[in-house]
Amino acid sequence: MNWLDTILQGVLLGGLYALFAAGLSLVFGIMRLVNLAHGDLIVLAAFLILVLVTALGLNPFVAAVIAAPLMFAIGWALQYLLLNRTLGKDILPPLLVTFGLSIVIQNGLLESFSADSRRVFAGSLESASINLGPVNAGIMPLMTFFLAIAVIVCLNQLIYRTSVGRAFRATSDDPVTAGLMGIRPQRIFALATGLAMVVVTIAALYLGTRANFDPTSGPSRLIYAFEAVIIGGLGSLWGTLAGGIILGVAQTIGAAINPEWQILAGHLAFLGVLLFKPRGLFPRAVD
Amino acid sequence: MTLLETKGLTASYGDFQALFGVDITVGAGETIAIIGANGAGKTTLMRSISGVLANSAASILYRNEPIGALPAPDILARGIAMVPEGRKLFPSLTVEENLLIGNYGRKVDGPWTLESIFALFPILEERRNNPATALSGGQQQMVAIGRALMSNPEVLLCDEISLGLAPVVVRGIYATFPRIRETGASIVIVEQDIAQALKVADCVYCMMEGRVTLTGRSSDLSRDDIHKAYFGTEHHELA
Repeated sequence: MNWLDTILQGVLLGGLYALFAAGLSLVFGIMRLVNLAHGDLIVLAAFLILVLVTALGLNPFVAAVIAAPLMFAIGWALQYLLLNRTLGKDILPPLLVTFGLSIVIQNGLLESFSADSRRVFAGSLESASINLGPVNAGIMPLMTFFLAIAVIVCLNQLIYRTSVGRAFRATSDDPVTAGLMGIRPQRIFALATGLAMVVVTIAALYLGTRANFDPTSGPSRLIYAFEAVIIGGLGSLWGTLAGGIILGVAQTIGAAINPEWQILAGHLAFLGVLLFKPRGLFPRAVD
Repeated sequence: MTLLETKGLTASYGDFQALFGVDITVGAGETIAIIGANGAGKTTLMRSISGVLANSAASILYRNEPIGALPAPDILARGIAMVPEGRKLFPSLTVEENLLIGNYGRKVDGPWTLESIFALFPILEERRNNPATALSGGQQQMVAIGRALMSNPEVLLCDEISLGLAPVVVRGIYATFPRIRETGASIVIVEQDIAQALKVADCVYCMMEGRVTLTGRSSDLSRDDIHKAYFGTEHHELA
């Protein structure tokens, strides 16, 4: 076993998990909403990209550029018209509604696309790799990883360097007082979910080109996203990247020892972090 | 000229009625004080005017426009800003960010900018990058006032700004009010510190159990009048 290669592949896989989780982390960080349909929304975006690629013959990356604003609009409307009504002191309504939404999306996709596994083909990029001394790295995994970093840098810049980002944080702290500043929390929440859906589209592009997916793939993606968010610390985007990498490395090391241990090793790493750092490795200072 | 008025304003929290037909009038450039004991309905009145509590549209008029049913962002957009009770600073924002968010919903040219707020409260410039909630109570109150001023309001609502602060700190904060008045803004102060309120206000409203029990020019009201309206009893000097 080449440990260096194993760890590198784990880190790169962590980039994909960070992409799965970044949208979840953003939404949770701003409105404390746990979206159980997050994985299904990733799969929905993957199907949207697939339709654009197959129906219009577009390059997957171009298809993702078209899908991103559509997913933004879906996310905005979903939050503004439905999920905002569930927010309050009781955490149960959003859990129940997003759980129901997950079932609706899965069954809608099953009706529309059947239960067959699908894949978005990215041509020669899928098998392209570069030599990094003792190890080789796939171009697509590398792109996924660096895009995950770019997404997190952009989200952090937005949140900590812009007026809208201040409004995100203020609304997260105290929506009533935010209203006194002229902020409309319902719209801020809708904007946050719209942005999360853009990140979801990017995640879907790399999910679709690196692995097979079907209408019921969402919940397993949700689990990885949750684990990355919780390992990293709720609401921390850099923590989410660290969580994704820890999960990815644990899985590849587990797989290197015994292929049956891949998923188990990831879950064990998650439980280990929960045991010793229940709030995650890099929790937000203010909760 | 009357800028803001409430007409028969009522407000309730569920089955509990907190205001019973409150009438107040705020003139342009005027400072009024609303005094009263705990539970008199002062904060409910502020929450109603600022849009935190919804009311019937016609119960609050601003420049003769009914605004009682508008939400808080629309109230701010019209030029009414509030310093809420307990300051309510945003803990995840720095001092500077707390000030900057004050004009998120109303960006108009006026005397109040980040620089002029720092000139009014110089200590805030030194602490501009600190988390706002790491400041002392008095400094936090300065941030809360500065945050409200950032929208260049025509009416500034100040809810219990002396609450929990040492008298010397309260005096320091009230010493900045003449500078705020110079800009032409009307100020509505809710206070339990009667002496402080009488010093700065042109007109006083005393509330008790959700009703206005006394109204008058500050200079015209006697100590006994205020005591009776405030406590509902005659004033007796202790021997």
